[in-house]
Amino acid sequence: MAETTVTHINPTAQRPEGWQGIAADWASDQRAFKNVSWGKAMMWIFLLSDTFIFGCFLLSYMTARMSTRVPWPNPSEVFALNIGGAEIPLILIAIMTFVLISSSGTMAMAVNFGYRHDRRKTAILMLLTAALGATFVGMQAFEWTKLITEGVRPWGNPWGAAQFGSTFFMITGFHGTHVTIGVIFLIITARKVWRGDYDTARKGFFTSRKGNYESVEIMGLYWHFVDLVWVFIFAFFYLW
Amino acid sequence: MAEATAHGQGQHGLHAVHTHDATAVQADAHQEHPIKLYLVVWAWLFILSACSYMVDYFGVHGYLRWTLILIFMMLKAGLIVAVFMHMAWERLALAYAIILPPVLVLVFTLMMVFEADYTLFTRLVYFGNSP
Repeated sequence: MAETTVTHINPTAQRPEGWQGIAADWASDQRAFKNVSWGKAMMWIFLLSDTFIFGCFLLSYMTARMSTRVPWPNPSEVFALNIGGAEIPLILIAIMTFVLISSSGTMAMAVNFGYRHDRRKTAILMLLTAALGATFVGMQAFEWTKLITEGVRPWGNPWGAAQFGSTFFMITGFHGTHVTIGVIFLIITARKVWRGDYDTARKGFFTSRKGNYESVEIMGLYWHFVDLVWVFIFAFFYLW
Repeated sequence: MAEATAHGQGQHGLHAVHTHDATAVQADAHQEHPIKLYLVVWAWLFILSACSYMVDYFGVHGYLRWTLILIFMMLKAGLIVAVFMHMAWERLALAYAIILPPVLVLVFTLMMVFEADYTLFTRLVYFGNSP
């Protein structure tokens, strides 16, 4: 109870800014994240741990690619698509990038309408985000199928270094799993928004806590993170 | 026993109501920005993605390619974290807690660069150039 009383007064009023603010906020007998709810702080910390997971994947990819004596397959050619008789390099990956960025845009707007308590627009934008996410996963499934039929396996491929297949399936597979979980998470939250759970303070099914529109922002943090990871995968795996 | 449970639930309910009010007020006061801002960032992300795709499409190679890829990547990542994830409006205590640790991954990267060079060296020495 004591904790909830504290949150009623403006927690950042009369606190130092800048470096002094960091030291004072982290000092003893303090709640470090003054105006951030536990839910949001925990999502950020989860995302930080996820950053390390993807960081380790990309690092092991770098190590494998740097230490192989056999040339690395050229991603520009491997991921090219034949459209209308012409080989267009990386085109599928580029479209996937634009789809995921668009889903991030709709998600950001959903968060905004959530805070304005516009249930209809929030739910529609979240479902649009989920649809774009599902499209992304579908395109990834197409890409996997194409590569597998061309003979790419975790232990070898027709074009060069054997590590190409294992790193490709590991990194994109893990990212695709994140997108899939995000789509499920989006549909659940959109349903809650649509039903008005956050306006009527209806208890959640799993935690029996009453939610509010900050849940949409926390959901958004996860979704933007998935987009963020793709930015790094796109740069390091597909373009490098 | 039944009494104790009922009491516990009651307290929990009260607690939830309080936190709900508090966070709702904070959040509403905090993260409301014009839709235009998101559309502008969205457009920039499109432009930057198109630019990094063009690097590959026009077959830019060598150091120029890597520099351009890294610049576009960092700009996109910065826009997503700062605006879409609202980090620009959070207090520095949270921003540094989340953003500084990943920077330390660069140390790990440096270690793995040396490790990979050594692995390649031993492979060339002991296995020669045959695959």
